[in-house]
Amino acid sequence: MDLFWSSLGPMLLGAAKGTIPLALASFAIGLVLALLVAMLRISRNRIAGAVGRFYVSVIRGTPLLVQLFVIFYGLPAVGVKLDPWPSAIIAFSLNVGGYAAEVIRAAILSVPQGQWEAGHMIGMSRGQTLLRIILPQAARVSVPPLSNTFISLVKDTSLASLILVTEMFRVAQQVAAFSQEFMLLYLEAALIYWVICLVLSTAQTQLEKRLDRYVAH
Amino acid sequence: MSPTDATVGPAVLQVRGLNKSFGANAVLRGIDLDVPRGKVVALIGPSGSGKTTILRSLNGLEMPDAGSVTVGARGATAGSEPAGAGGSGVVPQLPALSLDFDAKVTPKEIAALRDRSAMVFQHYNLFPHMTVLQNVIEGPVHVQKRPRTEAVAEADKLLDRVGLLEKKDAYPFELSGGQAQRVGIVRALALKPQLLLFDEPTSALDPELVDDVLAVIKELADEGWTMVIVTHELAFARQTADEVVFMDGGVVVERGPASQVLRNPREERTQQFVRRLLHEI
Ligand SMILES: Nc1ncnc2c1ncn2[C@@H]1O[C@H](COP(=O)(O)OP(=O)(O)OP(=O)(O)O)[C@@H](O)[C@H]1O
Ligand SMILES: [Mg+2]
Repeated sequence: MDLFWSSLGPMLLGAAKGTIPLALASFAIGLVLALLVAMLRISRNRIAGAVGRFYVSVIRGTPLLVQLFVIFYGLPAVGVKLDPWPSAIIAFSLNVGGYAAEVIRAAILSVPQGQWEAGHMIGMSRGQTLLRIILPQAARVSVPPLSNTFISLVKDTSLASLILVTEMFRVAQQVAAFSQEFMLLYLEAALIYWVICLVLSTAQTQLEKRLDRYVAH
Repeated sequence: MSPTDATVGPAVLQVRGLNKSFGANAVLRGIDLDVPRGKVVALIGPSGSGKTTILRSLNGLEMPDAGSVTVGARGATAGSEPAGAGGSGVVPQLPALSLDFDAKVTPKEIAALRDRSAMVFQHYNLFPHMTVLQNVIEGPVHVQKRPRTEAVAEADKLLDRVGLLEKKDAYPFELSGGQAQRVGIVRALALKPQLLLFDEPTSALDPELVDDVLAVIKELADEGWTMVIVTHELAFARQTADEVVFMDGGVVVERGPASQVLRNPREERTQQFVRRLLHEI
């Protein structure tokens, strides 16, 4: 049990300096990317639509671990050498971008056409209508699926240990290798992931309540 | 010229030869329409005759294949907003606008058309994530870039007129259909358009809520707003409209003073339509 407590500090530090910032940064960048890809997907331009569809298809059709390895171990072969952190952030952002794009696209399409028309009626451009009228309504429906994406991402950051990013799971691996207490350390890591995800689920519920204030119950 | 002046002013709206097809379905086939300033035209006709398509074309929500739309008479000085219409601000002095759909119409021209006309939708289409007040000032503040305080003051005045001032902080889901539609009307008025378009403004309402909304529209008519109203409420059309236009199959079948078209229609198709509607009531 001593080992549990003595390893807890370094692991929490690994979460605070690795897992959480990695997840937050990748999610933020991924969401922006997702919004852009969703725009491509709903645009009337065929080429733009095809580009968006291709991107989503590639991201969703290949394993995240493979994407990570291509960027970190593969790109140097073509002269692009990236450090572990940037590699991880790029890979995770691209991944979130692919999944969240579909969520955002579906959410935008779920807003009734009449809302676009009302926006245009009061004189708004397509972009302005999207930002001020459509996205706020789309946000409401996309919070649950996007929360799932974020929670998956938090857990997926453990894969970054394989490209040498010192996040929480890598700390667990190092302590485990040194102490040979694999069961204890990996259960401890699992526990910390679980707690983080519980906190996130609670935050999701709160956010949903906030966004539901303008809907009949 | 006073808005209630009985003399016919210059046309605020002039539609010529409007054509629109959806695929092989020719929905509008050469529509002409003139609405003098301060006058009310009621558009009636069976389902699918193209009434909504006309209104949507007048607000740039539908792109006609051919024809022209002119809003604001050439040489006229101001918009149609009557003196009593509640705005303390200056009515935007927009020049006349002519769109020729035979040529390519630019997004800029569509935007200019929307500056001049405002629409009240059958299903209200209020913004559900905004309060009543926010719904009303969204256009004035975020599109027309008018000062917020001024927009709020005008919105308060308009909401008060339709008896909804105490609902200004409510969200649309908290309103009855009749209240929601009155907000829809106020939202359109707040844009200070030259032309108000109503697409069956009461057909989604429970019968007992219809009269309140019709009363508001009647008031606007008396005040001298220029309006095109699609409606199945013949009694209302007779009281409110200066001219009734009956269309069927994408063409205007008959037009004339409300009393004549609704009481003594000349055309067989109009007679049938009016008789059937009256029987339903
Ligand atoms: N976006 C569209 N795509 C294809 N067809 C359409 C579209 N909008 C309207 N139509 C067709 O155009 C015709 C006229 O429709 P419109 O809505 O203008 O009729 P309306 O006179 O308003 O009828 P109603 O009284 O039922 O509202 C109908 O046949 C309709 O099916
Ligand atoms: Mg219609």
